[in-house]
Amino acid sequence: MKPVNQKAWLMILPVVICVAFSAILPLMTVVNYSVQDIISPDRRVFVGTDWFKQVMRDDDLHAALARQMTFSLAVLLCEIPLGIGLALAMPAKGWKSSAVLVLVAISLLIPWNVVGTIWQIFGRADIGLLGASLSGLGIDYDYTGNSTHAWLTVLVMDIWHWTPLVALLCYAGLRAIPDAYYQAASIDGASKFAVFRYIQLPKMRGVLMIAVLLRFMDSFMIYTEPFVLTGGGPGNATTFLSQYLTQKAVGQFDLGPAAAFSLIYFLIILLLCFILYNWMQRVGTVSEGEAANG
Amino acid sequence: MDDRRFKKRTLLLIAYLVFAVLPVYWMVNMSFKTNEEITASFSLWPHHFTWDNYRTIFTDESWYSGYVNSLIYVGMNMAMSLLVALPAAYAFSRYSFLGDKHVFFWLLTNRMTPPAVFLLPFFQLYTTLGLMDTHIAVALAHLLFNVPLAVWILEGFMSGIPREIDETAYIDGYSFPRFFLTIFVPLIKAGIGVAAFFCFMFSWVELLMARTLTSVNAKPIVAVMTRTVSAAGMDWGTLAAAGVLTIVPGAIVIWFVRNYIAKGFAMGRV
Repeated sequence: MKPVNQKAWLMILPVVICVAFSAILPLMTVVNYSVQDIISPDRRVFVGTDWFKQVMRDDDLHAALARQMTFSLAVLLCEIPLGIGLALAMPAKGWKSSAVLVLVAISLLIPWNVVGTIWQIFGRADIGLLGASLSGLGIDYDYTGNSTHAWLTVLVMDIWHWTPLVALLCYAGLRAIPDAYYQAASIDGASKFAVFRYIQLPKMRGVLMIAVLLRFMDSFMIYTEPFVLTGGGPGNATTFLSQYLTQKAVGQFDLGPAAAFSLIYFLIILLLCFILYNWMQRVGTVSEGEAANG
Repeated sequence: MDDRRFKKRTLLLIAYLVFAVLPVYWMVNMSFKTNEEITASFSLWPHHFTWDNYRTIFTDESWYSGYVNSLIYVGMNMAMSLLVALPAAYAFSRYSFLGDKHVFFWLLTNRMTPPAVFLLPFFQLYTTLGLMDTHIAVALAHLLFNVPLAVWILEGFMSGIPREIDETAYIDGYSFPRFFLTIFVPLIKAGIGVAAFFCFMFSWVELLMARTLTSVNAKPIVAVMTRTVSAAGMDWGTLAAAGVLTIVPGAIVIWFVRNYIAKGFAMGRV
């Protein structure tokens, strides 16, 4: 157990101040907007929870939320297993491991609007490699006109963009396992799967938690890449929550409802992350207990 | 059986690397083409090879100053994030105190604010403080999502170091600052490297806040790049060249931290 020491607060004070500086005032301002009808900069009327009620009943928002949930779930289901698989396949030592690390990490370092632009060209059937190859295979691929294609393109783009984050974290987690664990496992005649299930997976718990939470919250707020790639279309097939919110806030300049929407949006992410965080922590401790007993 | 499995894994890895590299190759390919070649026809490599796109970027100040601005605020953000995160991560990993878990989760919640509506109050806040269009404004704003992550990563590394080391040092008469700087920091330098990499990455690629808080003097490269969209006809070639150049600083950073990643970290007790 860690010793109790209230003076530790002094050490986290700088962090709290730094973050609060940019966090508290903007948040309070948004709360302020969300309960007022702003007619002009000088004329505002207090409307209580009206905006919240209006937003909660918005059918377009429900649709956007459903699309968002499906997308984030798909992102997690594709990227986490693929990332773990990649981490297991990446060479452990030597120049090969350096080269592979750099190659894998490249997509993470490309600004998000550039990622959108790359895929915008890459997917075009006339001048892009992906589009041209798919057309060559006889698929009538068109991400600007076909909703399914657009949705899949955004998903593949996100997999391309963010799987490396999962892979790098898992790779680092795997490298931290001492060789003695593997030797013990081979003496016991453990299968590859048993090694993965009882040694590698539990030891990757910490890094996986970061990976899952980051991927979840970032994919839930995805904006720039689909905005550049598809602009939310065709129709509203790739209009995720952020996109819809921006249309409301900037396009229609409805600050009150948009602020109420932001707060609800924020609370949804918060709640889901809280559940995920606690669930992963519990699962981790239970399986560690199992490993210790078995 | 072992051999076959090994091959399957290598195949997966190679397939993924091809998938990872192809879109980047396409951008590099475009950056050496003229705009006519890009939009008129499909070609696997540039038929009319040209350096013009890169020449535009290196000779036009509004282009290359974008890179300088970005590097300045990203550097500031990295330094500030690490400076404040180090003591905090130590506190979280070594002591329990009133509200520790709540503060930790509260820090994380700051990564979860959807940007669209929050941009306006950000703009108002930094205008009121007279910080608009300065590098420090972007660096401060980016602390919001980088500090929580830095604290989380560093806390994980620190928890992997036995507390006996701290206690021995105190018994030997080390003061806390001296112990922290001369013994503890060298022990977690891998963690600092990894945290720095993540801070660099998220600050470098962020567009919305950086664009909102700057106009001329501190305009980052990501914002400069959006202007080619509005120009008469899309300037794809220059955009691709600029995109290729945005990868370079990141590639250098990952080259420096690759050994720390390869050495491994488990974030907590191993």
